[in-house]
Amino acid sequence: MSLYNLQKVLYVLNRDPAAQESYRADLDALLDSYDLDDEERRALRDGDIGLLYVLGVNGQILMHYAAFLGIEWFDYLDMMRKGIERYGPVRAGIYAMTGGGDSFTVEENSQ
Amino acid sequence: MSLVYAGVCSHAPGITGRANLVKDKALREEFYAAFDVQRQEIEASGAEALVVVAAEHFANFFMNNMPAYCVGMADYYEGPIEDPEWLQIERRKIPGNADLSLRLTREIMNTVDVAYAEEWKFDHGIIVPLNFLTPRFDMPVVPVNINCQGPPLTPLPRAWAFGEALRRACDAVPERIAIVGTGGISHWPATPDSGKINEEWDRDFLDRLMRNDKAALLDYTDEQTYADAGQGGFEIRTFIAIAAAARVPGTLQFYTADLPIFAVGCTVARFDLDAAA
Ligand SMILES: [Fe+2]
Repeated sequence: MSLYNLQKVLYVLNRDPAAQESYRADLDALLDSYDLDDEERRALRDGDIGLLYVLGVNGQILMHYAAFLGIEWFDYLDMMRKGIERYGPVRAGIYAMTGGGDSFTVEENSQ
Repeated sequence: MSLVYAGVCSHAPGITGRANLVKDKALREEFYAAFDVQRQEIEASGAEALVVVAAEHFANFFMNNMPAYCVGMADYYEGPIEDPEWLQIERRKIPGNADLSLRLTREIMNTVDVAYAEEWKFDHGIIVPLNFLTPRFDMPVVPVNINCQGPPLTPLPRAWAFGEALRRACDAVPERIAIVGTGGISHWPATPDSGKINEEWDRDFLDRLMRNDKAALLDYTDEQTYADAGQGGFEIRTFIAIAAAARVPGTLQFYTADLPIFAVGCTVARFDLDAAA
C-alpha cells in the first residue's frame, strides 16, 4: 500500500529501544499502529528480508533490521537475491538490483 | 579565525564493522594509514572544531520531515546509532559546541535556508570517519547533513552554494575550523550489489574534484549518476560542498576500489588551502 509506512516501521524500530521491546513482546500490536497492507504486514511478521527488499525498503534501513534479527552480512545479501528470485524485481524505491544477482566481493565469493 | 583545513574521506559501516572480513589486509592497513595522515593534518592545522559534512542514512531524518540541509546545534551528540557490535565502534557521547553551531548557522542562513537540530545521533556516515580522525573523540564536532538518500534531492548547484555559505560562516567566526566531507562516490551499498564500484567513474569524479572544476563537478544529472554510480553516487553532494568551501585545488592522498567488502571506493583527499595563502 505504501512504502512510506513500511519503511517508517523499520526506521522507528532501528532507532528506538522501546519499539524494539514491543517488537519482541507483541509484534501484532506494534504493527497495528501502522497503516500496512497484508503483504507488508506479512513481510514484517516473518522477517522476510527478500520480500521487504522487493517491496522497495531502502537498504540503509533494511540492513539494520537484518542485523537486529541476527542475520549475518553475507546471508543478508543472499536473502535479497533470493527475494528477487521468488517475488520478482524491486517494485518501488531506488534500490533496484543491477548485477543480475552476482556477488561483487572476493570475500563472499571465496566463502 | 578561518577555515584551516578542508578534506574529504569515505564513510561506510564496513570500514570498521567488516574489517575482519577483508581479504587484502595490507591494503586495508594502507587505507587506515591514509586516514591517520588526515588526522595528523587536521591536528597540525590547529583546528579547534571539526565540521563534518555527511550524508546520513535515516538515523535522524526520515521522509516525514526531510531537510535538504541540516546543521547540528548541541553541546554533545551520541553515537553510533547502529548496534555497536555490528559497527565495531563503542557507543559514546561526542562533544559539540552549540554556540559555535549557532553562529555558523546564522551566517549560513543569509544565503541558504538550512535546518538545525539540537539532537542528533551519529550514524556511520559521521562516526566511522571520526573513529579515525578524532580517535579520542575529544574535538568538538559540528555535524552537517545533506539529504542524499530520500529523493527529491537537493540539486548539485545548491550543494555548491551550501559549501560557499559554509565557507563564509567558517571565516566569520574566531575559531579555527576544519571541515571534512564524508561520502561515497560510486557504490551500491546495502543491496545485493554491495561491493560493486565503478572505478573509472570514481577516478573521473575525483579528477574533477581535485582540480576543483566547478563546471565539471556540477555536470551530472541524478539519472546519469544513478545509472553509472548507483544510489550511493548521490553522496557526491558532500564532496562537492567541500570543494566549494575550499575554493582551491586538492591532492588525492588515497584511493582504491579493491576493498569491496567495505562497499565503497576508499578515498582520502585534502584541499591545498596553504598553497592559496
Ligand atoms: Fe553513505
